[in-house]
Amino acid sequence: MTSVTKQKIAFTILGGITVLVALPVLLIVGVIVKHGLGAISWEFLSTAPSDGMREGGIFPAIVGTCCLVVTAVVVAVPLGVFAAIFLNEYAGDNWLTRLVRLAIINLAGVPSVVYGLFGLGLFVVVLKFGASILAGGLTLALMNLPVIVTASKEALDAVPQTFREVSLSLGVSKWKTIRHLVLPNAIPGILTGIILEVSRAAGETAPILFTAAAFYLPGLPQSIFSQVMALPSHLYAISTQVPNISLETRYGTALVLLALVFIVNSFAIFLRARLRAKRRW
Amino acid sequence: MTDLATTPDHIQVADLAVSYGRHPALGPLSLTVRRNEILSIIGPANAGKSTFLRTLNRMIDLTPHVQASGQVLLEGEDVLQMRDVAALRRRVGIVFALPLALPLSIFDNVAYGPRHHGLVPRKEMPGLVEQCLRQAFLWDEVKDRLKEPALNLSGGQQQRLCIARTLAVRPEVLLFDEPCSGLDPVSTAMVEETMQELKSDYTLVLVTNLTAQAARVSDRTAFFLSGELVELDDTAKIFTAPSDQRTEDYIRGRFG
Repeated sequence: MTSVTKQKIAFTILGGITVLVALPVLLIVGVIVKHGLGAISWEFLSTAPSDGMREGGIFPAIVGTCCLVVTAVVVAVPLGVFAAIFLNEYAGDNWLTRLVRLAIINLAGVPSVVYGLFGLGLFVVVLKFGASILAGGLTLALMNLPVIVTASKEALDAVPQTFREVSLSLGVSKWKTIRHLVLPNAIPGILTGIILEVSRAAGETAPILFTAAAFYLPGLPQSIFSQVMALPSHLYAISTQVPNISLETRYGTALVLLALVFIVNSFAIFLRARLRAKRRW
Repeated sequence: MTDLATTPDHIQVADLAVSYGRHPALGPLSLTVRRNEILSIIGPANAGKSTFLRTLNRMIDLTPHVQASGQVLLEGEDVLQMRDVAALRRRVGIVFALPLALPLSIFDNVAYGPRHHGLVPRKEMPGLVEQCLRQAFLWDEVKDRLKEPALNLSGGQQQRLCIARTLAVRPEVLLFDEPCSGLDPVSTAMVEETMQELKSDYTLVLVTNLTAQAARVSDRTAFFLSGELVELDDTAKIFTAPSDQRTEDYIRGRFG
């Protein structure tokens, strides 16, 4: 067998495996769109459920998920980015930073239902936030922190050390160097972490099940202390606890959740591409 | 206190010793840098040349576990005791071995320092940038494309941009750390010409691996070997009649 033929065979196998990896994603999206598209209507998107969830729409759940994601991002992004700046730029290599790094790696591996229980214990019960947007958003933020810290730290680390040296050698202070030179060059990488976590925050059921989600609420949340409906928990509820509900409604809900995540991700990816286009090193 | 402007010594180094952890890198050594001279430092690798240079504006602080003892007096003020390191670095600028343009436009590279120090009002920034680029002999080559990314420039142009950027914060001393190590002969000649011109306004310390470069541009030359100052004298004397055998061996290319 010539080396060219060998190479062709290898490429074919690798290509086939790559397609296999993409296949489940395509299938999932395909099935959800096929069964769910019929349910999508203006009424479905803009009204509350009625008739014990069997009729009406999912508007409160859409609003609820948006509120939870925004709260989680508003809390987790500054915390995560500042922690990453501290770890990467200021903290040296000592037992404390090693402990923090170890904690972050382990936190990333904690199952989401454990975050849910922790949120229930801390935010709902001890801090008396009740089941609310605040409690659910904070729980999601905790879950998001490890990935945001890790991604941000790697993005900061990828900015060449020489940039910092040049800036410091010009007598620019360390904080100004970070703020005006290092951080702008790390933003695309930091955005990648945030993108990942927005999807997770929007999609996770377990962390909000005990901390924020209501089975049914006719109205919209009034404040961050209101309980809310959310898309993933709503999907869970109508799939397991409401008999005789149409398949279309379930898949329609899943489709809306998917679309929501897709829209947020596309925007962030677009933003990242624009920022990256400006950078050349 | 004596009138500082009348003393010829700009920097007085006394018993300076630097070590990285347990490894001594330099000294103890003493020398002076005179106002408006070009002092070259030559010597083989691991001679402590760069360590010496980076001590003068405390860039060694960025290296972990570094320790420096002795005195480095800049206009009578001890650099090693200074608390405001940023202010020191504005007075003692450095040009690195590799042309390190920042990922900004040509204009913004030069304006980077003055902008952060609020050195001039916004309206006067273009004037300052032009002045610095002229001083670095780069203006004619870039005046029509100041908004272009600096990384588009050639290596030699980038190195002159780095000189302009260092000049823009209005230092009094300029340190050059092998500024021509990555440059072709034509660019090297331009950088050397720039240094000659700058001498009238600044004090220059040049670390170089090119002994011929030291002979061409500097007033005095110091020879470092294994962290020790072997000899410091007028460049003409060092290159014609050095007092130490080791200096002669190095210049004649017998080792190093």
